[in-house]
Amino acid sequence: MTTHNALYKYLLFLGDNGLIQGHRLSELCSNGPILEEDLAMTNLALDHIGRAQAFLKYAGEVEGKGRTEDDLAYKRGEREFYNNLIAELPNGDFACTMARMLIVSSFEYLLFTALCTSKNATIAAIAAKAVKEAKYHFMHSRDWCYRLGKGTEESHRRLQNGFNEFWMFTGELFEMDADFAALANDGIGADLTVLKPQWLTLVQPILADSNIAIPNVDYMQTGSRNGIHTEYLGHILSEMQYLQRAYPDAKW
Amino acid sequence: MNTTETKSSFQDKLDQDLCIEPKDTMPDEYRKHLIRQISQHAHSEVIGMQPEGNWITRAPSLRAKQILLAKIQDEGGHGLYLYSTAETLGISREEMIEQLHTGKAKYSNIFNYPALTWADIGAIGWLVDGAAIVNQVSLQKTSYGPYARAMVRICKEESFHQRQGYEIMTNMMKGTKEQQEMAQDAMNRWWWPSLMMFGPHDSDSPHSGNAFVWKIKRKSNDELRQRFIDKTVQQAETIGLTIPDSDLKWNETKNCYDHGEINWEEFRRVVNGNGPCNKQRMTHHIKVHNEGAWVREAAAAYAKANAK
Ligand SMILES: [Fe+2]
Ligand SMILES: [Fe+2]
Repeated sequence: MTTHNALYKYLLFLGDNGLIQGHRLSELCSNGPILEEDLAMTNLALDHIGRAQAFLKYAGEVEGKGRTEDDLAYKRGEREFYNNLIAELPNGDFACTMARMLIVSSFEYLLFTALCTSKNATIAAIAAKAVKEAKYHFMHSRDWCYRLGKGTEESHRRLQNGFNEFWMFTGELFEMDADFAALANDGIGADLTVLKPQWLTLVQPILADSNIAIPNVDYMQTGSRNGIHTEYLGHILSEMQYLQRAYPDAKW
Repeated sequence: MNTTETKSSFQDKLDQDLCIEPKDTMPDEYRKHLIRQISQHAHSEVIGMQPEGNWITRAPSLRAKQILLAKIQDEGGHGLYLYSTAETLGISREEMIEQLHTGKAKYSNIFNYPALTWADIGAIGWLVDGAAIVNQVSLQKTSYGPYARAMVRICKEESFHQRQGYEIMTNMMKGTKEQQEMAQDAMNRWWWPSLMMFGPHDSDSPHSGNAFVWKIKRKSNDELRQRFIDKTVQQAETIGLTIPDSDLKWNETKNCYDHGEINWEEFRRVVNGNGPCNKQRMTHHIKVHNEGAWVREAAAAYAKANAK
């Protein structure tokens, strides 16, 4: 049976993925290769942060200690975050950014599709909005994978490099722990093991059509379900949380 | 068509306060003036994304972060829209960016100042966008149709920008002593550069002559500056901010505020490239543009291959 704490942690997982991925995307503002793409990245960042806000707000309610979404975003430490590691990795060049976006958005598209039928009405409502966004992110990055994969020799090399960089972080996306399993059992959370083959079916043909080889990795990185992260997360938090930490009494 | 004819149909339209449209004949100097002004406007929107972008990752709440992102996105959208407007006059975006990089084209001086604290995000929205609105509202009546229509559309978003900036300042003035000091400090640093946004006094404004004759410019620099001061002083007082000008006082006879002397030496220094951030802004824009070259090449190659 789903415990209270399991639901809380699950909401942090959903919220933190949006928050941290949104943070990375927001770093791209005024760094786009063309102005149109600059605006697209900002849109994506906004979608992720909006989603984070919704999940973290609900997480605060479930926790029941009167914490707001901002308390949860700005006043937790690095060992209390549950986003997938892939979300916190640096953006890299534009090809890396698109490779990660394809990986993440296709996963999120499937995840939120599954969560649309969650027995938890709040999760289902947030997922209904998020699934539309994820679909758009997926199509956007897919089209860029085609362009870069088949564009020039350089763009192809860079895109392949992007997938090589991120592939060892794809295993973690589908990891289940006891809490996740209980939530899936109760029809609240998604069974991520079921999503894995669906995800491969979705992604493989796009890579093939982009002339990208699926990277060979002999180990998949892991840790975030237990709050163990890469070194990058601490730096994201020290930047993101700076004002809230430096002026704890201030309201903005 | 001969030159006299060009002049007369162009002049007729101006006399009747009709808009000049892209396909209309127009004097070469008119076209050049507009290209210079609209591309400068477009570059300003885009370069202006940098100082505000400096605070996106440090915005103090999820709401603040979303508002700031949306605001900066609007500015980029304004840039896009204005580049297209300038393109109706026969120049490409690529050429305009090239001119920006070689220094032939300028952007608003205000963005050569740094956004040092979170209060600067409030001050920029409130004062800088506030000043921009005053200027852009008057440009809604400019004689070139596409530019006038661009201004109508852009002004709607600018008032939201101004409000969000003022809201940041208001919240900080209601906050802790440290926040109040931060807000006043931002006010002190942004007030005078905001007044300079309207350009030199009418008495020594080099480009104005033809701009008035052609009805590109509808109000003088000093008129617009005055309008900005008069609407802003009240807003500052309402939330307890002090305008950093000891000579500022209400003039009963003129029914407006008198203000102190603007530091034109600083203005010229920054225009001529020695502001705090001139180098940083241009270096960033050039770097990003150059780093994006392979992406643009790939997109073009792919489009070409698929057009067959
Ligand atoms: Fe703007
Ligand atoms: Fe604006």
